[in-house]
Amino acid sequence: MQPTESKRAPLTFDSIESGAGLAAAMKKSRADIIAELSASRLRGRGGAGFPTGTKWNLAAAAHVREGQFKYVVCNADEGEPGTFKDRVLLLEHADLVLEGMTIASRAIGAKKGILYLRAEYAYLRPHLEEVLARRRATGRLGQGILRVTGFDFDVEIRMGAGAYVCGEETALIESLEGNRGEPRNRPPFPVDTGFLGQPTVVNNVETFAAVTAILARGAEWFRSMGTAASAGFKLFSVSGDCERPGVYEFPLGTTIAELLERVGGTGAKAVQVGGASGTCVPASQFDRRIAFEDLATGGAIIVFAPGRDMLHVARNFMEFFVHESCGQCTPCRAGNAKLLEGIGMLERGECSTAYLQELLALCETMQVASKCGLGQSSPNAFVSIVRHFPDEILGRTPTAAGGVR
Amino acid sequence: MLANPQQQLLDDVQAIVGRLGRTRPALLPILEEVQARHGCVPDAAMQAVADALGIHPSEVHGVVSFYAFLHHEARGRFQLRLCRTIGCDLAGTARVARQLENELGIAFGETTRDGRFSLEWASCLGQCDQGPALLANERVYTRVTPERVHEVIEDCRRVFGAHAAQPAPAH
Repeated sequence: MQPTESKRAPLTFDSIESGAGLAAAMKKSRADIIAELSASRLRGRGGAGFPTGTKWNLAAAAHVREGQFKYVVCNADEGEPGTFKDRVLLLEHADLVLEGMTIASRAIGAKKGILYLRAEYAYLRPHLEEVLARRRATGRLGQGILRVTGFDFDVEIRMGAGAYVCGEETALIESLEGNRGEPRNRPPFPVDTGFLGQPTVVNNVETFAAVTAILARGAEWFRSMGTAASAGFKLFSVSGDCERPGVYEFPLGTTIAELLERVGGTGAKAVQVGGASGTCVPASQFDRRIAFEDLATGGAIIVFAPGRDMLHVARNFMEFFVHESCGQCTPCRAGNAKLLEGIGMLERGECSTAYLQELLALCETMQVASKCGLGQSSPNAFVSIVRHFPDEILGRTPTAAGGVR
Repeated sequence: MLANPQQQLLDDVQAIVGRLGRTRPALLPILEEVQARHGCVPDAAMQAVADALGIHPSEVHGVVSFYAFLHHEARGRFQLRLCRTIGCDLAGTARVARQLENELGIAFGETTRDGRFSLEWASCLGQCDQGPALLANERVYTRVTPERVHEVIEDCRRVFGAHAAQPAPAH
């Protein structure tokens, strides 16, 4: 009964030979490793889509104080509702992920790596420790990696403790430093002032695996997939009302309709792209593309069948954010609670149009004024559901049985 | 001399801190280990950790209260955490929740009187494609149905039986 029984489609990662990426990296100068990444146009797979080459360049150029060193952090705090592809990667392709971290250490000159694993995935830890031990035993981690004098890098696993906000990179660093997971002001950015104040690269699990693939196969190969602004392939976590939920790979730029066809979700009434912090897309817009220039996502795709109550979906997301807001800044702490209260009024059929407009104005305030991505994106689902499913929102008449007519 | 549980806790904290280091970045690993051994991070342990790290106890309390998987009061030997996020919700969490309450005779947020089970909600467990999902301590159960709830609980009881010789968590 242990996980993961996740069904998954064949992945490009299955065909990447472990060791090929690092071997290719060792033949390049540090600058050339980063140049290769920049040429691949790889963007962060966690969802924010920051160009990986640019991030590494900044970290490589950052000054490190005497006696200190730079860090490479793998963000395995996969907490976005609807996202589970990193779990599958950590279970099946941990070597590619750790190899990507090792390549990063080579490129920026880091000595130490940390894999921040969410507490909910604690059962993956023995497997990961095993992979780490094997890599140390075969000279792929530790002192003098691949017998190259001075190439020292090792990875330590640190556990999260059940906080969604720690997926935000500065909150993650706060957590590593032994603090509450409260996001920092940016700038300074982690590439300059990260873990213990030192230059730190924080990347998503899938980003590191993609780095390994790019070094093994070349930037041109990667760039030949996807769109101009969103290069390469991407893993998707597909759940909800479809025949074949699981982990899939598509080139970026794939339309929602194409994706639904493959997962057995045609006939859906809506798709949530990007998890709870993403956007709810109605059937009339299923020709839209999943790519950074249209619908950006860390890979979460949640399918809703025609019978689903979209206000209930909005409530579920908002309950999540009320619970997961770190409480540090007012727009997010108070805003999410106020929106949830508003959803309650809508459910009971007690919300005027004027008040709904006020709620939408509050959403805008939160998007603009929240300190981190959590509060900036938490209203997205509510706003898109109100916009696209107006007939499900106002004038509801709840029945005694708890249903809605 | 009879062992004093309070003293044992404090000795244990000293040993853990000694091993993991008296530094702030070691705080979370320290707290996780204290909880793994004692079932929770009691006030006395927070004070001891704070003293060892040279920080105010409110700093330690702030961290314990921030994270959902750390707590300062004892929970059940098995913490059942049912995912309440959307993927599982669509797959039927509500009925599983009801049946969990029926089988255990407690509501969410409570612990059974024998100290064996506590029941709580969890945010997305990352098993959205095979919900409803629940965590029993570190073990994951997927595609849980109301009919299977009994089976999950019996599974935990069997583990409990196998570990009955071990000391119960501190209360």
